[in-house]
Amino acid sequence: MFENFMIHTWIASTIIAVTAGILGFFVVLRRSTFAAHALPLATFPGAAAAQLLGIQPLWGLLGFVTLAVVLLHQLQKLGRKDVAAGLVLVTLLAVGSLLLSMTNTYAPAVFSLLFGQVLGISAADLWPVASIASLVLIGAMGLYRPLLLQSAFPELAISRGISAGVIDILFLGLLGLVTAMAMPVVGALLVFSLLIAPAAAAQSLSARPLQALVLAVIFSVGMMWLAIALSFWTNWPIGFFVGSLGALLFTSARLFRYIRHRWFSQRLPAAISRPMKLIPAAQPGEA
Amino acid sequence: MLNWLAHILHWSFLRSGSVQTALLVAGCAAVVCAVIGVFTILRGYAFAGHALGDVSSAGGSASFLLGISPLAGFLGIAGIAAVSLEFLGVRRAREQDVATGIVLGAGIGLSALFLYLDTTTTNTTGTAVTVMFGSMFTFPASLRLPAMMTAAAALIMMAILYRPLLLSMVDPELATTRGISTRWVGLLHLLTLAAAVALAALSVGAVLASALVIGPAGAAVRISRRPGVAILLAMLLGLTAVWGGIWMAYESYYWFAGRAWPVSFFVVTIIFLSYLTSVPLQYVRRRRIVRAMPMAAHAGG
Repeated sequence: MFENFMIHTWIASTIIAVTAGILGFFVVLRRSTFAAHALPLATFPGAAAAQLLGIQPLWGLLGFVTLAVVLLHQLQKLGRKDVAAGLVLVTLLAVGSLLLSMTNTYAPAVFSLLFGQVLGISAADLWPVASIASLVLIGAMGLYRPLLLQSAFPELAISRGISAGVIDILFLGLLGLVTAMAMPVVGALLVFSLLIAPAAAAQSLSARPLQALVLAVIFSVGMMWLAIALSFWTNWPIGFFVGSLGALLFTSARLFRYIRHRWFSQRLPAAISRPMKLIPAAQPGEA
Repeated sequence: MLNWLAHILHWSFLRSGSVQTALLVAGCAAVVCAVIGVFTILRGYAFAGHALGDVSSAGGSASFLLGISPLAGFLGIAGIAAVSLEFLGVRRAREQDVATGIVLGAGIGLSALFLYLDTTTTNTTGTAVTVMFGSMFTFPASLRLPAMMTAAAALIMMAILYRPLLLSMVDPELATTRGISTRWVGLLHLLTLAAAVALAALSVGAVLASALVIGPAGAAVRISRRPGVAILLAMLLGLTAVWGGIWMAYESYYWFAGRAWPVSFFVVTIIFLSYLTSVPLQYVRRRRIVRAMPMAAHAGG
């Protein structure tokens, strides 16, 4: 499991898991789940387009993720956010299916682009992953305070002169970069699980931002490692393990919170035991 | 010569049995999705509707393993996903996004496993493409009856749910005092949505199924605020998209020198374009209202 050819897999997937954990924290905080699901799938045609044009896959992915971010941002301004996210997603996916049907590697390519190809990473693949990850980390550090403020107290952020539109497009841009970086390695559908499940579990365990952020990274890396190990032993696709481990993690975090809450409320007056709410209620259908 | 060719092609389009089946099944999907889609959009459940489609791919891929009808597979898993969405608290606004995301992730993971097992245990290739992006022209004729029955069941369910669902959306408290259980109405709506999504997944593919659910309905809701009108409009747009898409895919074989383009691509593109067209239409309507009664329009936003 730790043979030479597996080293690159471990390094790349750890970098991806750390980055996804950090960005996932903001995705869950901002309730941008649908956007986080839409971007990786909308990037899907990038790989096929690159193959048709004979360029590096990463350029194709970056091109399509930029297109998706711009389309998403523009369409979301025009109307219902969730409908916009859904339509951008299906339209670009359909373009992807068309582009793939033009190449000769239709069926196998679809599977590996959707569900990932973790066990085939070379040393040359590591550089783009590492450089994009450091870019995203720097961006996330710069946006940490404004993002947190805007997610928790939107009115206060506006009064401080933080523009919701600018933050929104910067955030989508970071999400797009993570997507383009992670997609060839873990697949379009898996990026999403890695973004949502650890962060959602972490935020249901802790209401403090920094603590929840660290917890999300730990969960994300742990989940990724366990998924690779299980996938290596059983030969089953890694997407299955990431998806089901994510659901398991989330439900156990919720169960833990429920039990802790019950335990406290039996011993303390109701007012004290009620946990502080960091995140204000989101509107239904906000993507 | 060209005229004669066009005549022959035109007739062979409608005469082919597989095209007839595709027209029928996709037509059923478009009608059912239009009715349910309008309610789904108005309730703010577009993401849940999309998630049901993606998750149902696990059913589609399992059906190849078990040797059952793909429609049964899509229906079964979408139904299970609808119940677990309700169980994880999709109705609470704060939880909706995350609950949907978790069910979605787990379902997609399952689908990855089944697709992998499909390729290793059976000799079928291209299952991933069939399940994810659909293959309308390969439907067997035996699919017609189950598809029509599913559509009829979903439509009857929506006819029963129409008033209680509308009331519990507009005024949940009034609905409760009238003896309507919002919880049951919500669950039944999700289950009917699952049936619609299963039909759409069968036609245009699991990951594109939500195009039929949210696209035509999203455009229709922009153009008309009245649910009845919006439903009729969504049906019209949906049927145009699927039938137009099937015709274009069939003809594309001749357009692109023997290399047909996928049906789902045409269907989704028509839907996307119709949504874009609805944006200026909405402004036309709004301006007309503003001119007619300025106060009311400003108050309503």
